[in-house]
Order: sequence, then structure tokens, then C-alpha cells
Amino acid sequence: MTPTLTISRLTKRFQSLEALKDVSLALEPGKRAALLGHNGAGKSTIMKIVLGLIPFESGEVRVCGARPGSSEARAKVAYLPENVAFHPALTGEEQLRHYLSLRGERPSRAMELLARVGLLHAARRRIGTYSKGMRQRVGLAQTLIGHPRLLVLDEPTSGLDPVSRRDFYELLDGLAADGTAILLSSHVLTEVEARTDRILILSGGELVAEGTLADLRTRAALPIVLLVRPAAGHAAALATAFPLGIQGKDGVLRIACDQSDKLPLLAGVAALGHQVADLDVIPPSLEDIYSHFSRRDGQ
Amino acid sequence: MNRILATAISEFRIAFRNRWVSIATGMMVLFALVLAAAGSAPTGDVGVDRLSVTVASLTSLAVYLVPLLTLLMSFDALAGEVERGTLPLLLTYPVSRLQILLGKLLAHLAILALAVGFGFGAAALVAVRSDPDAIAGLASLWRLIWSSVLLGATFLGAGYTLSALARRPSGAAGLAVAVWLVAVVLYDLALLALIVSDAGGAFTTQVLPIALLANPADAFRVFNLSAASAVAAAGGIGGAANSIPLWQSAASLLLWPLASVALATAAFQKVTL
Repeated sequence: MTPTLTISRLTKRFQSLEALKDVSLALEPGKRAALLGHNGAGKSTIMKIVLGLIPFESGEVRVCGARPGSSEARAKVAYLPENVAFHPALTGEEQLRHYLSLRGERPSRAMELLARVGLLHAARRRIGTYSKGMRQRVGLAQTLIGHPRLLVLDEPTSGLDPVSRRDFYELLDGLAADGTAILLSSHVLTEVEARTDRILILSGGELVAEGTLADLRTRAALPIVLLVRPAAGHAAALATAFPLGIQGKDGVLRIACDQSDKLPLLAGVAALGHQVADLDVIPPSLEDIYSHFSRRDGQ
Repeated sequence: MNRILATAISEFRIAFRNRWVSIATGMMVLFALVLAAAGSAPTGDVGVDRLSVTVASLTSLAVYLVPLLTLLMSFDALAGEVERGTLPLLLTYPVSRLQILLGKLLAHLAILALAVGFGFGAAALVAVRSDPDAIAGLASLWRLIWSSVLLGATFLGAGYTLSALARRPSGAAGLAVAVWLVAVVLYDLALLALIVSDAGGAFTTQVLPIALLANPADAFRVFNLSAASAVAAAGGIGGAANSIPLWQSAASLLLWPLASVALATAAFQKVTL
């Protein structure tokens, strides 16, 4: 399948600062990719280049086969900026009518779009009176105009409450099922974990890791943690049995091990029988994997 | 064209909500009525109808008010979008920067046309009511209205240019006031000083006409005064209007809006995000 978005060997400089170094990636129709990275890692810069808002030094970027920022590309790409803003004097309906006209769509569809993001009740109120979450939903509604082939979403769920976040990802699932490719950035790693097909980790302008969460987990080979809760009166015995474990004040033993040691260790715990009250296996979280690849933990 | 129109509708709505439409119209009507009332005293011996005299007064009013009004409407047009953070999203839409600019221009011109139409129209009503012969001056009133819109277009373009260059509304506002002061007040003061010191010499006959045509506000004044039969009623710099052919001031009036909008487009293209 021809990728909706192709970036090859992209380099971007801001004066002496190298904001992006040799970044390559491809996004197929219907795929959802999450860009992760610290502030200043280059997430927004990539997005702005894909949208044609800023130029770049070298490399090649193709959006739906066209040059980013060309009218052909702009007709097929929708964008939700970080902290999206609108003119406070317009109502949600008027703002969307304007955006619909700019995309050559019927302005009368504004109410339908507002209904899809749950803003029908506030459609005739000025955006100046909206909360941040409501503005974010207007922003989301405008990305649904036309049938964008590529959605570029910069921190799309900031300001949304948990229920709205779930609704938001359901909207994205529907769009992806229709073949829209989605590139989003987020700081909320847990939601990215469940709702995207691919994770891209940027650090200092370089793409340091790329793949599904399972891929990255295997590649990072981070320790798994076993939490063993002793039965009453057996805390000391448990600590002796697993000298590598660290016992907390509540007696719960925390044992870190490599992926390959997991099963033997579990067998060892099971062998203790009634001395163990409970057992939890905690795989490395996306936070851990992210920290590992973005090399902030003293590496 | 639809995109320009959609932008214009949105801009007009914003200006309406921000009370620009009522402020502009109210201001124009008020000043025009004051002038019409004040101008009703010295007539009869001038030998022209009441409306033509009023148009001469309105021309002097428009020279100050139209640039002020249009600069006030336009200084925020692009800098405001940059500051609110609405520009990046807008620029990802399939609409060109020229279309955005023309949409804003269209909306602001419509507001200006409403303001001068109502304002000057009110003054005309007053004139016609007290002097039925004033109907004869309608042609010059019409000329004043459309030339005011052209003058306004020039200063709207200037305002957009400043807005794009300053990128912050506060900076753009300062520049707009400076442009108004220089183009409308200081320029004429300097010319007057030179005329006085020159005492009818080479400056007055050779340089002055060019200097008047080079400034859109002066070109507007010269055009309206030389086209109307009321030069005598105007006096001052208006007296110099006699020496400039009508086509020249008309050309200046038509070319300035094109130049200033071209300049604004160039400045807007340079705005990076």
C-alpha cells in the first residue's frame, strides 16, 4: 500500500540548533502513529513540516504524493494544533461554517460536526465563553471536515476529561477504519499505549525508536517486576528465599528480573505454596520504555 | 472566490461583534452632520449649491477620518491572528495568503463603505432639505464616497503591512498611529512650510504637484476638490489642486490601493510560524 505520509532523511535547522536529524518514517492509510518525546524533542517541528508551515533543509517529505503545503496536500490534510485557538467573538457554529467554506464543503454541515463532538448545546454561544476542553472539541470538529487522508494532531487530548478522551479515541478509530492515517503526539502515555498502532520516540531531534509497543518492549529488555505478598507470619521466610528482592514496610517483596528469568522465578514463588498470599507481575510500562529510549535516565 | 467571500463574511461578523461597524458608522454620521450644520452658515455668495459646499467640508473631514478609521480596523488583522495563535491552523487550510488578505480587505471595505455612505448621506440629506438646488451636488457626493473607499483601501493595505511586519498588535498599533500622523498631518504641515518659505518659486510650481500626488491622502483631496466646482470654498492646499490635471490625481487614487495591497501581500508572505 502506498504510504499516506513519507518522510525520508529529513533534517531541519533553527540557526545553529539541529531540530531534526535524518528522520525517516512512513505512515500507511488507516494507521495510527504516536509521536513521543520531551518538550523540544522535535515533535511539533515534524508536524509543522508535514503541514508545510515551515521549510526544511534537506530530505524529502511527501504527503499523499504531494509536496507538503501545496494546495493538493492541504486539501487532504487536517490539523489540530496544540492549544488550539479561535476568534473569541465567533460562535462555534460560525467558526465551523467558515472552515467548511474554506474546504469547499456546505456550511450547513456545521451543526452535524458539532453534534459529533458533543457540542451541539453550545453551538450558538461565543467561543470566548468556552472552556479549554470545549475549544479542543471545536478543534477536533474542524479536523473532521471533508475526508482528510492524514490527520496531524498535536497533543489532541490535553484539556479533555477522561470520558471525552475515550470518545475522542473512538472517533479516531472510526476515521482510521475509513483509511485515514493519523499522526498524533501526546504526553499521556497510557492512552497512546492502548490506542495507536505504532510508537515513534523522538529524542534531541532523532528518531530513536519506532515500532509497536510489543516490539519496543522486547527491544528495550527492561526488567519485569514481581510483587510477592507474604501470608501472615511468613514475611521473613519469603525474604530469605529471595535474597535479591527488596522488602517494603508492608512486607511485600519486590523482585526485579529479566524477561528470560520470569518463568523460573514464578515457579519458585509457586513452590512456596501457602507462604504466599498474592502475586502480581508488572511488565515495564510505556513510561519505562520511553525513558529507556529517550535516554534521560543517566545513560 | 468562495474562500475570499467566506473569509470576508467571517471578518465582517467579527467586526460587527466588536462594534466596529457601529463605531465607524456612528463616528462618520456624527462628524458629517456637525459639518453639514456648521457649513450651512457661509453660503449664498459662493455661487454654488449647498451640497457642493458640504462636500468640500466633508473632503477635509474624510482626509483625516478615513485613514484613521481604516488603520484602526486593520492593524490587528494579521498580528492579532499571530498573537491569538489562530494563524497556523488557518494556513493549513486550502486557502492562499492572498485570499485571506483579500477576504479581510473586502470585509473592511464594506464596513468603510457603510460608514461613509451613511455619514455622507446624512450630510447630503441635511443639505438638500435646506436647499433643494443642492441636488446638483449629488454627483460630487457620489465621487466623494467612492474615492473615500479607494483612500480607505490604501490605508487598509498599509495597516495590513504594518500588522504583518510588527507581528504583535501593540507594535502594529504604534506603527499605525505613526503612519497616520506622518501621512495625514506632518506631510501637509511640511508642504505648507515649504510653500510659505518658497513664496511661489520653483518648489511651488514644480515639486508641489508631485508631492501632492505622491501622498494618497493629498491625492484624494486634490481629486475631489478639482473635480468639484467648489475649489474656491476650500482654499488652503486645495488651491494647488487647480494646477494638477484631474487624470493625474485619479490615477494616484487608483494606483495607491494596488500598491499598498501588493505590499501587504509581500509582507504577509514573509510571516513565518
